[in-house]
Amino acid sequence: MSMAKKAVLMQGNEACVEGAIAAGMRFYAGYPITPSTEIAEQCALRLPQVGGKFIQMEDELASMAAVLGASAAGIKAMTATSGPGFSLKQENIGYGCMAEIPCVIVDVQRSGPSTGLPTSPSQGDYMQARWGTHGDHPVIALSPSSVLETYTLVIRAFNLSEKYRTPVIFLMDEIVGHMREGVTLPDPSDLIVNKRKASFHDGAYKRCYYVPEGQYVPAMKPFGAGERYNITGLAHDISGFPTNNNDQAGALYTRLMEKIDRNVDDIVRVQETMLDDADTAIVCFGGTARAVMSAVEEARAQGMKVGMFRPITVWPFPEGHLRARLPGLKRILVVEHNYGQMFLEVQRVVAGQTPVEFLGRLDGTVIPPADILEKLRRMEG
Amino acid sequence: MPSELIHEFMRIDHLPHIWCPGCGNGVIMRDVAVAIQELMDDPEVKLNREKVVIVSGIGCSSRAAGYMDFNSIHTTHGRAIAFATGIKFAKPELEVIVLTGDGDCSAIGGNHLIHAARRNMGLTVVTFNNDIYGMTGGQYSPTTPAGDKATTAPYGSLDRPFDIAQLAAGAGATFTARGSVYHVRETIDLIKQGIRHKGFSLIDVYSVCPTYYGRKNHKGGPVEMLRWQKENMVPTARYYAMSEEQKAGKLLVGTLTHSEYPEYTDEYDKLVKRVQAEMAGR
Ligand SMILES: Cc1ncc(C[n+]2csc(CCOP(=O)(O)OP(=O)(O)O)c2C)c(N)n1
Ligand code: SF4
Repeated sequence: MSMAKKAVLMQGNEACVEGAIAAGMRFYAGYPITPSTEIAEQCALRLPQVGGKFIQMEDELASMAAVLGASAAGIKAMTATSGPGFSLKQENIGYGCMAEIPCVIVDVQRSGPSTGLPTSPSQGDYMQARWGTHGDHPVIALSPSSVLETYTLVIRAFNLSEKYRTPVIFLMDEIVGHMREGVTLPDPSDLIVNKRKASFHDGAYKRCYYVPEGQYVPAMKPFGAGERYNITGLAHDISGFPTNNNDQAGALYTRLMEKIDRNVDDIVRVQETMLDDADTAIVCFGGTARAVMSAVEEARAQGMKVGMFRPITVWPFPEGHLRARLPGLKRILVVEHNYGQMFLEVQRVVAGQTPVEFLGRLDGTVIPPADILEKLRRMEG
Repeated sequence: MPSELIHEFMRIDHLPHIWCPGCGNGVIMRDVAVAIQELMDDPEVKLNREKVVIVSGIGCSSRAAGYMDFNSIHTTHGRAIAFATGIKFAKPELEVIVLTGDGDCSAIGGNHLIHAARRNMGLTVVTFNNDIYGMTGGQYSPTTPAGDKATTAPYGSLDRPFDIAQLAAGAGATFTARGSVYHVRETIDLIKQGIRHKGFSLIDVYSVCPTYYGRKNHKGGPVEMLRWQKENMVPTARYYAMSEEQKAGKLLVGTLTHSEYPEYTDEYDKLVKRVQAEMAGR
């Protein structure tokens, strides 16, 4: 499947759809909401062309449910939403975590809470991406900062979701979703697409959630492929049947957490720019990185030793990477379009070793690089 | 041959089930299994067991999916029909059967019920309609008759109840029927018709919950509740032979509505072919 490498002008939301299709996504269920709507519209146009399925459901609860159903039937599936819709999907996202059903949930963040500022940039769902559904559960969330990265990273979102049998949150924001850039799309076959382990380890449905010692991800067979098995959101034993046995439930929860915890090195990606000689790091993610990079370049021109630390995998938070940078740093600035959410994670990891300050904004406008520069100057004192 | 049926179609290592003695759920679960078995054996249909997917929501009734030895998925409260829509649309060759409670499909899941009916999605929905929320201990549901009691209606419910089959038919379901726990043979036949029907079908099976609905409303035990069904629910042939006077207060057990309309996944298939042909021609 080779693709002509010519530059095209593309919007972030469009790149999300093209990347997903390149990753093999052939099922989309959604409900329109600004600023994610173009994703639904583009899927409606493109999926029939490639023999895929598009359906506009009656609401976000149904969209999330349909996506999980399609994935259980063996088709890579995606949904996209924003703000209020992301809230509505949460219960079934938790079902996907518990029943280990791969899928990708795109959240093009908008300003909230409630209906908020529908068309304005915000990054207010960072914590919701981690803790939105009830109960303890692991989460993988990725956040792109450009149109091209949206394309390549959504492919990675599918790869990780299939590999680890888990819903992956693709955390976009209005800045990236609506940004138009000229991009040269890479050949998708260069971006390895992982497939789920397609047969049960010992071929018996009675052990469909069985994993050998030292492994964490059970194999998954699609419905209709000849191995009748049960899926449930209740705590279950290795046969996929509900259990009240504390040992079995405990083993399940432990494995679900460990399957992500033990694989952070594989899952976590970070962009670290101009950090090697830096005494100041700016931590940011998603669309905010644009203004931060301008500020970093300007600061460097003025002789300040500033660099950028940008988690691409925003959950699990890249704490090892950040900790490794701490000895060289005198100060850290966290910049987000919210009131300080990733800021809390940075504080947790830094644990008082280095001063951490925050610059945020939540009035519907974008933080200008000049504000970041001014903040840097004040911090340097 | 009930015991042979159990060995063939139930996950016996997960029995006994969680249901109360005298509950109607086991009877309806068996009706569904017999309907599938008869369609597997029917040379005209030759239903492939591996292609059957049982989808349920949350509730006492929804536990049935796990006991049945098919591809089975026990989902979230109210969302069974939405999960089922995803499964059917993704792989139309699958025979998707939804087992759901009256609360599951007509309260929290009411929106999914009417929209799947409107689309004429090729699902077969079997409701275990016991007029109450059993799993949570006897709160009133959208089918609890007005005036009846429940733990959340200690003075009697003010709500006007839904007729689920009528609701589905009004939303566009192309096959609706009413069954009961007492009328086993009739109900099996209705479920078979529902499965064979191309398009959205719903069989509203009147169940009994002696533990909560029965006790709260002095309906007696399971035997008395089944006697009520025997005396007040009438199979098709007899029903249509009755005079209008005789019919008063009686409920038909049989097909309620049956119409033809293109099934959703078939129509989508055509759409894909049309789009791809246009692309090839360009
Ligand atoms: C979102 C959500 N809300 C509430 C519940 C609690 N709950 C579980 S089952 C149920 C009602 C079940 O009633 P019905 O669907 O009629 O099935 P039955 O138990 O009577 O068979 C409720 C309210 C839940 N599990 N999830
Ligand atoms: S509570 Fe009612 S519906 Fe639930 S198992 Fe008992 S009798 Fe059946």
